[in-house]
Amino acid sequence: MLNRVQKSVLRSARSFASVSEPPVRGYGGLKDQDRIFTNLYDRHDFSLKGAMSRGDWHKTKEIVLKGDQYLIQAVKDSGLRGRGGAGFPSGLKWSFMNKPGWDKDSRPRYLVVNADEGEPGTCKDREIMRGDPHKLIEGCLVAGRAMNASASYIYIRGEFYHEAVRLQQAIDEAYKAGLIGENACGSGYKFDVFIHRGAGAYICGEETALIESIEGKQGKPRLKPPFPADVGVFGCPTTVANVETVAVVPTIVRRGPSWFDSFGRDRNSGTKLFAISGHVNNPCVVEEEMSVPLKELIERHCGGVKGGWQNLQGIVPGGASVPVIPRDVCTDVLMDFDSLKDAQTSLGTGAIIVMDQSTDMVKAISRFAKFYKHESCGQCTPCREGTSWMYNMMNRFENGQAANREIDMLVELSKQIEGHTICALGDAAAWPIQGLVRHFRPQMEQRIKEFQRENGVVMYGGKLLKDHNPNIAIPDNRGASIPPPAAA
Amino acid sequence: MVKLTVDGKEVEVPQGTALIQACELAGATIPRFCYHDRLAIAGNCRMCLVEVERAPKPVASCAMPAMPGSNVFTNSERTNKAREGVMEFLLANHPLDCPICDQGGECDLQDQSMRYGSDRSRFFEVTGKRAVENKDFGPLVKTSMNRCIQCTRCVRFANEVAGVEELGTTGRGNDLEIGTYVQKTLDSELSGNIVDLCPVGALTSKPYAFTARPWELKSTETVDALDAVGSNIRVDSRGHEVMRIQPRVNDDVNEEWISDRTRYACDGLKYQRLTNPLIRVGDRFQSASWPGAIATVADGLSKSGAKGDEIQAIAGSLADTESLVALKDLLNKLGSENTALDTKRGTAPPAHGVDHRSNYLYNNTIPASEEADAVLFVGTNPRHEAAVINSRFRKGYLHNNTDFGVIGDKFDAIYDYEHIGVDAKTVGDFLSGGVKSPFADKFMKAKKPLIVVGSAVTEHDDGQSVYAAIAKHVEANKDRFLTEEWNGFSTLQRAASHTAAYDVGFVPSQQAESTKAKFVYLLNADDFDAQVIPRDAFVVYQGHHGDHGAQFADVVLPGVAYTEKGTTWINTEGRAQLGRAAISAPGASREDWKIIKALSELVGKPLPYEDVIGVRDRLWEISPALTRYDELESPSAASVGLGLAEMAKKGTPVTSTKAFVKPLENFYQTDPISRASVTMANCVKSFVKGVNSEETAVPPAETQAQKHA
Repeated sequence: MLNRVQKSVLRSARSFASVSEPPVRGYGGLKDQDRIFTNLYDRHDFSLKGAMSRGDWHKTKEIVLKGDQYLIQAVKDSGLRGRGGAGFPSGLKWSFMNKPGWDKDSRPRYLVVNADEGEPGTCKDREIMRGDPHKLIEGCLVAGRAMNASASYIYIRGEFYHEAVRLQQAIDEAYKAGLIGENACGSGYKFDVFIHRGAGAYICGEETALIESIEGKQGKPRLKPPFPADVGVFGCPTTVANVETVAVVPTIVRRGPSWFDSFGRDRNSGTKLFAISGHVNNPCVVEEEMSVPLKELIERHCGGVKGGWQNLQGIVPGGASVPVIPRDVCTDVLMDFDSLKDAQTSLGTGAIIVMDQSTDMVKAISRFAKFYKHESCGQCTPCREGTSWMYNMMNRFENGQAANREIDMLVELSKQIEGHTICALGDAAAWPIQGLVRHFRPQMEQRIKEFQRENGVVMYGGKLLKDHNPNIAIPDNRGASIPPPAAA
Repeated sequence: MVKLTVDGKEVEVPQGTALIQACELAGATIPRFCYHDRLAIAGNCRMCLVEVERAPKPVASCAMPAMPGSNVFTNSERTNKAREGVMEFLLANHPLDCPICDQGGECDLQDQSMRYGSDRSRFFEVTGKRAVENKDFGPLVKTSMNRCIQCTRCVRFANEVAGVEELGTTGRGNDLEIGTYVQKTLDSELSGNIVDLCPVGALTSKPYAFTARPWELKSTETVDALDAVGSNIRVDSRGHEVMRIQPRVNDDVNEEWISDRTRYACDGLKYQRLTNPLIRVGDRFQSASWPGAIATVADGLSKSGAKGDEIQAIAGSLADTESLVALKDLLNKLGSENTALDTKRGTAPPAHGVDHRSNYLYNNTIPASEEADAVLFVGTNPRHEAAVINSRFRKGYLHNNTDFGVIGDKFDAIYDYEHIGVDAKTVGDFLSGGVKSPFADKFMKAKKPLIVVGSAVTEHDDGQSVYAAIAKHVEANKDRFLTEEWNGFSTLQRAASHTAAYDVGFVPSQQAESTKAKFVYLLNADDFDAQVIPRDAFVVYQGHHGDHGAQFADVVLPGVAYTEKGTTWINTEGRAQLGRAAISAPGASREDWKIIKALSELVGKPLPYEDVIGVRDRLWEISPALTRYDELESPSAASVGLGLAEMAKKGTPVTSTKAFVKPLENFYQTDPISRASVTMANCVKSFVKGVNSEETAVPPAETQAQKHA
């Protein structure tokens, strides 16, 4: 007792000079009653009747009648950050639509829902649209009301045929029930929802490319500024938001922002859908609390890594566009924006790709490089030229047909792309490669060594010295004079 | 105004200025490929990246508006590194064929890689460089798509300025290609401009291919004479040969564009030239000396017995102002008022009269054309008659929501228009409100209406009544047509000489019209109807090409073409511009006004001027506007009103149901120079007749051989 008092005295005495230690709190283990997506696995009725039985469209009229300021404040208070990858605070983003004097602008205003889920490894939005389409439609209405939008376009990935059909069925049901349309939910607010099916380009998931695509043009990102909130779809104010971001909004408003904010660490609030794939015993999409430790997430929901945690080689924690992290980092990292940022990677879309020791890591990242080469729109120089160049190099690194110095050159090239492009695809192509070199450089060097032992000197660019015509001089910048590694 | 700092230097720029322009203003050069100040911003080359304080990434200065208080560094380490990186990527897939590339020496990529690039390459991939199939854009634009850096300047030009929407990009990523989607040729009168726009050697000039290097050329700044726009051009010559013609910037006239005829007809200067005086002996021409030829002319004049109006002079579209004045003075001294033009009805006094300058000028001015709300074309096809001005109309169509209506032949416009009718009567009906249509509604209410009267009206039998009807309408709606800043009545001339001819009064008097000529002096006249010249008349042809006119001649006096003389040209707006000689005259040919001066001495009526300054003094005497070079003297609303009143008086109500006849059958061959041009003949084949242009790419000699075989 005395001891305790002394301690508290000591602590309070110390608190004059330093910040008091926050209570230690664990994250994860989301309870069933706190789940937002209650039909994620499509075990129940997805139609309006089933959705209503799970609480969707409950008092939506009252929510709509709360008005834009209330709704935006609620989203701001909830601490919701965009679930599409960049993690921009949603309330703030949506408030850009309601600039002073917005009501004098006669243009229509649009909410565009980005359901072009193309990031490799990501499959969370698909589950929402399949099992809980009404959550999304209700979310469109509520989010649309918050930003005073007149209509919502759901840009759905063309490959999601089944999902588009279900979504359309849900929209038809909602229209029929008067939940959206002329007089949405009887609130007097007019709101339409349309589906636009994409044609299968990854870049159309970038917000401005998506806008171009809706307008019927080639899906090529636009320059910003002007931002979509000023000039978006058909030149009208537009906000593009991810499916998950929009779909959680009605529940946030219904259960209160503080409820949502109570999950996860500070500035990383809420629950999040994680899609775990790869070398785990039970790959799945699961709703969890933000800031859940990566290891716990995998052990609890996926039955652990195949062959045990020690068999883990690395994890890509947020879809193909984020850097890979090795096992020792995975052990401690929390699944939220800030923790992953500190680990030099990113939460991205929450698509966790687990790779065990059997994975050829160089080949895996090389495959990513191929993907980005294929999906680059070709509009701006660094991405158009850089992704192909990096792909060619990665292709050679797969079997080690390269010079050692080319690893540094690869990183340099990726830095020349990063931040110099119109959209984020250039960054997305650069990061996985940077992550590979950062954490798996010894593997790459080993492979180069082995290849050179077998084939002699490899010049820059992958040409073998032995293939070179000896009668032709070699310029000194081709790396021909670097001796091959000594035989083992 | 926005104040910002560029490299420590404070500049003030208007709101909305692009950062790149602000940097230029501060004296910092920003490298660029895709940015062009006359095209929409693409922001895709990323060469213009600059560092802005507090911005996390380098920003593309072409796409970023100048922000107040921002601090920009255009020469920092980060900026330079970014540029070097972008340059490396651009060069990675760019072929190393500068030695055989026509752009070499004037290539933006070359220049900027010297200045901003790394000193050596790191690209040695065994997979090699990208290879792209070349496209067939027709006989004018040669493509070498391996060199393309995908800046999309050509695409933007074609879509925004030229109105050729089929040029675009296909494929994505590294497979992105520029092309016309379905392998069509680039069917536009302005297509040559994409050669200038291309910052690399991907698009080069097909006729000019492998003929010269830019450093071998002598450049002469002059004015085009192949249409009435008066486009400012730069003639690049080597020795006695005009190698190519390129535009000069003049925002008041042609901005930065010239038409394909202006640019590519220059090879016609080499063929069919008249280099020696010729005298007809029987059915053959024989070379003669200058004294001999001129004496023969003087002799022919006296022998023909022509007196007064029986002495006729007919001027063509390429006659310069100085020679027009000299010839008119000579004829007047000989007692004749019979000075005619070689157009249809050119031997009669023109329908619009020449007493009021505003009656035959493009009063609206070329730059103001883009501001009109509603434009009515009467008897004109601006696409063919003034392709460069036509691009201004497209600008209005795109940015100003201009509506267009056409009375006359339908044409393939680069904007939507409403076709109202084809004949003269429709003009009267339309202007009196007898036509109900969306365009009519807009036109009658437009704040800035514009009527463009084409040369088909002047050449129409009932032209005077049409002019009168238009004049009456403009007078009745003075408050909209004629204001301080707007003049909605414009006549569009199609030939370089016409405005000058009207200005100096090179038109026949009423009596002269009905006089049968005994002596005909053709000054560059080639487009007349053969019946105009009486069979027994003595005919002199003065000009530079053995074309239609020379066939009629008894004596041929070789003059020089517009690239070989320094003369005055008056464009359709009435703007006087000075041409300059780029090359010397071929053979024994002489400057045109000097020939007439020499003749005047032999016929005993010497002209009072000894040198070109003297001729220009005479021009000044006639109208000071003719020698106030590069300045436009717009007529005041009051004087326009007087001119209109005069026209309105003359005509009777329009009753003619005769259709307006388009004066130009095809765009590519309108005058002796373009008719002599092989390139233009290829264009006709490919664009007018629609023959696959792969065939036209074969040198003309071979094609001939194939035909005969």
